[in-house]
Amino acid sequence: MDQVAKLLLELGLLFLGLALLGLVARRLGLSPVPFVLLAAVALGDGGLGAVRTAEPFLAAAAQIGVVLLLLTLGLEFSATELFASFHRHSSSGLVDLVLNAPPGFVAGLLLGLPWQGALALAGITWISSSGIVARLLGDLGRLANRETPAVLAVLVLEDLAMALFLPLLVVALAGKGPGSALAGVGLAVGAVLLVLLAAQRHGHRLGRLLSHRDDEQVLLRLVGLTLLVAGLAQLVGASAGVGAFLVGLALPASFADRARAILAPLRDLFAATFFVAFGLAIDPHAILPALPAALALAAVTTATKVGTGWYAARREGVGVPGRLRAGTALIARGEFSIVIAGLAVAAGIPDIGPVATGYVLVLAVAGPVLTRFVAPLTARFLPAPAPG
Amino acid sequence: MDLEETLLPGVGVRYELRTRSGQQLGIVVQREGGAEIAVYDQRDPDSARGMFRLDPEEADAVAEVLGAPRLTQRFADLSREVPGLESARFPIRPGSPFDGRPMGDTRARTLTGCSIVAIVRDADVVPSPRPGDLLHGGDVLVAIGSDAGLQQLDRHLSGQD
Repeated sequence: MDQVAKLLLELGLLFLGLALLGLVARRLGLSPVPFVLLAAVALGDGGLGAVRTAEPFLAAAAQIGVVLLLLTLGLEFSATELFASFHRHSSSGLVDLVLNAPPGFVAGLLLGLPWQGALALAGITWISSSGIVARLLGDLGRLANRETPAVLAVLVLEDLAMALFLPLLVVALAGKGPGSALAGVGLAVGAVLLVLLAAQRHGHRLGRLLSHRDDEQVLLRLVGLTLLVAGLAQLVGASAGVGAFLVGLALPASFADRARAILAPLRDLFAATFFVAFGLAIDPHAILPALPAALALAAVTTATKVGTGWYAARREGVGVPGRLRAGTALIARGEFSIVIAGLAVAAGIPDIGPVATGYVLVLAVAGPVLTRFVAPLTARFLPAPAPG
Repeated sequence: MDLEETLLPGVGVRYELRTRSGQQLGIVVQREGGAEIAVYDQRDPDSARGMFRLDPEEADAVAEVLGAPRLTQRFADLSREVPGLESARFPIRPGSPFDGRPMGDTRARTLTGCSIVAIVRDADVVPSPRPGDLLHGGDVLVAIGSDAGLQQLDRHLSGQD
């Protein structure tokens, strides 16, 4: 068959399949990410091998997917929101790190991964999925709840921490000494602070540079600039995603709203190809043996996330039911755990792929389900209804 | 009256109002312009019950019903009561020097003695804006002050001085 025809047919079927999966996932009130991962794993090497012609395209598109995912993450929160969250909730962010990263690290070592792989697994268990959680809070009508600011602040701080963690991980994965790792982190901290401060003062200039009446112009300028910065970040040994994240942070809130709206469809398309490409690279036969470890890790880090939410909500003076709602809302891990796993797999630690996949599959589904059912269960912690 | 404002990162702003009659009202104003109006649960005061979800158009309609007429009414009363006090509206054009900058950067009160009392953004009205509130192209500033001060402010905002 004609190669072009084959490529187009494969991609067409792939995207239609993704549409169907997304539909099913949303019907169940869940994120499509675990469904896409599972389907991609089934399609991969050991499975049907149905998208062989499209694989080079998917691999390239996956890189762009990561860049766009992190760009929109940077666009999600304004510098003001970051500063405010840091100011008020930094201890919650710290508790989040201390409770949720070590289980991943220890599990990584127990699984026989090199320490760089264990570090990656620490990141995977640490970061909640802001995409899943934010959507969940909206769907469940919890935006006005008193625990919600604490939950969102934890997400913001995690995302900010990712800007520091990803360069650290990339340097560690590159296998250089602790000296260059430290230098890499120093560089990342400096860059993030610089961009945040610059965004406060001069962000509007960047916004004006990219603004145009025409959506097409905005899209091309924004994507062009982002890919350029991402490429440069990759070149100097940071990660492309971090560069994209910084671009998103630097853009002023006024422009970010429009940028988000324009980018959303493109991001969805490329991010989906990233999840597909990640899943395709995983040997389906490796998932089952990795599942017990993934389940155990999921159980432990479910408890630690509940602890994080409990702590963060209690600081806000929220009662026991609200603390449990906050804790369970944070359980879901998703897109960024896969981004981290993708970095580790690309750096030559393929063993982390099946564990991470199993882990995200479990928690991206279990998190939303648990938090949905915790609300009615906590009713008995409430005071008796007032008489009359 | 006790109105509390809480930032919801990535979502918008939540306002909580404890009315004099003792009821608790929550309003989440979303970034995209929609809003949710919630009444809190009697037994679990942390939890919102009975949610109204308004899309941007509906939120605008509610805001107009509650806000806009009262705002203009207030200005009319004020101008009548204080002789020599005028109000005027100043559009911020896209590309204006203050597009995308906080309102405080205009230094309106320092330079012209006029007070910016509201920002009108499409159908929204931001009454009593703070210095940190960002101005965007297309906003209209409502300011009060002396006639001369308002003319000076007009020149300043359009970048003519």
